[in-house]
Order: sequence, then structure tokens, then C-alpha cells
Amino acid sequence: MSLAERILQGDIRAAARLMRDIDDGFGSAVEELKTLYPHTGNAYIIGITGPPGAGKSTLVDQVTAAYRSRGKRVGIVAIDPTSPFTGGAILGDRIRMNRHASDEGVFIRSLATRGHLGGLSHSTGDVVNVMDAMGMDVVIIETVGVGQDEIDIVRMAHTTVVVMVPGLGDDIQAIKAGILEIGDLFVVNKADRPDADRTVRELAVMLEMNSYREGAWRPKVLKTEAQKNLGIEEMVNEVEAHREHLFGTGEIRRIIEEKHAKQFLDNLRDRLFAEVYGHIHINGRFRKILDDIVERRRDPYSAVEEIIAEHLGRD
Amino acid sequence: MSERKLRVLVGKPGLDGHDRGAKVVARAFRDAGFEVIYTGLHQTPEQIVSAAIQEDVDCIGLSILSGAHNTLLPRVCQLLKEKNAEDITVFGGGVIPEDDIPGLKAAGIREIFTPGSSTDMIVQWVRDNVKPHA
Ligand SMILES: Nc1nc2c(ncn2[C@@H]2O[C@H](COP(=O)(O)OP(=O)(O)O)[C@@H](O)[C@H]2O)c(=O)[nH]1
Ligand SMILES: [Mg+2]
Repeated sequence: MSLAERILQGDIRAAARLMRDIDDGFGSAVEELKTLYPHTGNAYIIGITGPPGAGKSTLVDQVTAAYRSRGKRVGIVAIDPTSPFTGGAILGDRIRMNRHASDEGVFIRSLATRGHLGGLSHSTGDVVNVMDAMGMDVVIIETVGVGQDEIDIVRMAHTTVVVMVPGLGDDIQAIKAGILEIGDLFVVNKADRPDADRTVRELAVMLEMNSYREGAWRPKVLKTEAQKNLGIEEMVNEVEAHREHLFGTGEIRRIIEEKHAKQFLDNLRDRLFAEVYGHIHINGRFRKILDDIVERRRDPYSAVEEIIAEHLGRD
Repeated sequence: MSERKLRVLVGKPGLDGHDRGAKVVARAFRDAGFEVIYTGLHQTPEQIVSAAIQEDVDCIGLSILSGAHNTLLPRVCQLLKEKNAEDITVFGGGVIPEDDIPGLKAAGIREIFTPGSSTDMIVQWVRDNVKPHA
């Protein structure tokens, strides 16, 4: 039986292995994903982003518990950075989520960025698809939280939650990172710390400066104390309110289209690149092109044009 | 075809208090180029085994100081077997009396590292003994 067939019968090991094959770039994974695709499209996808240490994993743990008590099955994809020097990674988000480890209604997968920028791993979209096909009602994605360009999550998630902590200086940073535009909901976590109310107010004021169309969703700013499970119900209710807004207005259609457009184009670019890349490596071709460019016998621009023309001209 | 990256779960079952040793080993594995799923303190064998399966790791390294090694470590191996996952290699480290080691190995623990073992030794052992799943 294929991995995909086993996954559709509820085989956890098969699901975990396919995620591995996806992450490791195995060609066979594509065939399995084709089989799973008709079984996807049912999971609601929530992105959680924000700086390291803000409490994202702790929030994911609490939000998961809240969805479990509402009878939902929850998939979690938690992404941490790969060391650019060794290629290794320490994936530590599970530390905060251990109590869900042996709950059969929860599946947690840690992924390393493996050089991918933008806050997610290259494999994230396909791993989410596997969880979707496994029948998860909700999939929560926790981004790396390092870069200032973690905008990939917006194209992946239906609802994006931006997590911040009380403190000075956040405001300026936030505007720089364009983070005010990506959140459907803002959470000031660690509300036990001084200045939480001020941070909430500052954020609210900054959000006021965004311009909203008539009837558009207006992101709220909520306070949570993830460690003590405070404010979590309100947060989940707000996520649910956003989801109802998307479905009620039909806006969900636009979001899903954008998400698929991005995934399709990413996929197309990757496959085209892989093909051409394989092509120029035949018979030491790449070596020769490189020598010519280095020796100034030809310019790199026409070398690229030639390869592309050649490739498109085939079959 | 792409190459598998080795994935290892590092955790600390039992009730005792700190995970310094486990963290040192986790960092050594990262520096060796492995992906380390670090699960922290106070894990039950059930949680460790579920996590190992969901993460599709090739091996599990457990740090243990509590003296409960004779029950916790074999329990992990037994649960792996029950879940048809005995292909996942289990090794342990900590203050474990020499006399207990043969029994642990018979229970399925592939190697035990006592406090004298360097992280280099542990990394090398993993390289030599654990092959990523096909
Ligand atoms: N004071 C306080 N600490 C918290 C709260 N929520 C999480 N933390 C702690 O903040 C640290 C980082 O949390 P984590 O969830 O790993 O953050 P992440 O890096 O954003 O995933 C941990 O030590 C948490 O226990 C909170 O509401 N208040
Ligand atoms: Mg985290």
C-alpha cells in the first residue's frame, strides 16, 4: 500500500514518513501528494508569528487545548532555524507542547528552515497538506520568528496572529517589519509584565492609521498570559470571528486563491529550475559555461538566454 | 535523489530537575549537522514515543539521572515495539551503574553512555550506528 493510502486510513507513521520525504525532497513524495490532494481543503489554517521568546509555542499549546475542548483535531507545524554553519538544527518548540504528545487528536511536526527565508520551511505548505488530508480540523503554523520578512505566513494561513510582548521600542520595529499589515489579530502576550496595557494601546493607535475599506476586517489587539492560560478563550473566539468574517463575506475565496496561486507558482519555479539545472550539468556543460564567463569569452546574460531558449525549444 | 538528514529526538524522562547534560548533547548533534527534536524535561515514555513517531526520527537519545532508568528506558523500547517502530534506535546516557547496563541492552537499549563519555564519542557512535530511514 502506498504512503498516501495508508495515511488516508489513519496511519500516523506513514504520515510522518511522507513529511520526511517532502522535507528531504524525494521525488516519490510528489506522487503521494497527488493522491492526497482531493482529500485536502478542509483544514482551517492559523499562523502564529512574532519575535523569538514572545511565547508563540506556549500560545500554540494553549490554543491547541482550547480547540481540543471544542472537539477539534489539531495539527501543528513548528518551524525553527537551521544553523547556516553546520546544517543542523535544534527544534525546541515541542518543549511547551508535551502534554499533547500522546493525544491522538493532535499531531505535532517540527521543521527546520534548511536555508529557506521568510519564516517557514520550503516544505511547510506540503506538510500542511498532509495534515489536512489526515483530517485535522485546524492546522496551526508557528513561524521561526527571527527575520523581519516573515510574510510567507500570510499566504499560507487563513488567519494570521501576530504575537508581541510589552516593552518599549516595539512600535518602531513593528512598522519597519510591516508587521502591522500582516496580522488579522494582534496578541500582547506576557500581560503579567508592566506596560502591557500601554503596548496594547500603542498598537491599537498604530492600527488605526491603517486604512480599511468599508466592511473590511479590523484587527483587534488582545492581551494574553499564555503561561497561565489567561486570555486564550478570547483569542480563540477572535480567530473564530475572523473565520466567520471570511466565510460570511466570501473573502475566503480570495485568500484561498492567493494561497494556491503562490503555491502553484513556487512549484512551477522550483520544477523549472530543477529541470534546467539538471540539463546544464550534463556532459560538463556547466563547467564550460563557467570557464567561458570567467575568461570573458562570453557574458553571463547571453549564456542564460541561450540555456533558456534551448530548454524551451526542446520537445 | 536527495539525501536524508538525520533526525534525533533528545529528551529527559523522569522527574529529576535539570537538563544540562541533555542540552550539551543536543548542541553537539546540531553541530554535527543533525536535526535535533528537543523535548525537554519530565517526559513520560508514552510522550517520548509519540513524539519520536510524529517527528519520524531515526534515533532517540535519553538522558537520565533519576535512578529510574531500569523502568523508564525499557518502557520506551517496549512502546516502540507496540507501535511497530522498533527500527528507531534508542540510546541513553547518565549516571547508570555498570551492573545495570547488560540488562538495559537486553531490553533493547543499543548503547549507554556513562558520565565519562565525551560528546564527540556520542556523535561518532550515532554516525556509525544509526542510518537514516530509507
Ligand atoms: N512571564 C510570562 N512568560 C511567558 C508567558 N508565556 C510564555 N512565557 C515564557 O516565555 C518563554 C518563551 O516562550 P516560548 O513559547 O518558547 O516562545 P517562542 O519562542 O515565541 O515560541 C518561556 O520561558 C515561556 O514560559 C507569559 O504569559 N508570561
Ligand atoms: Mg517557539
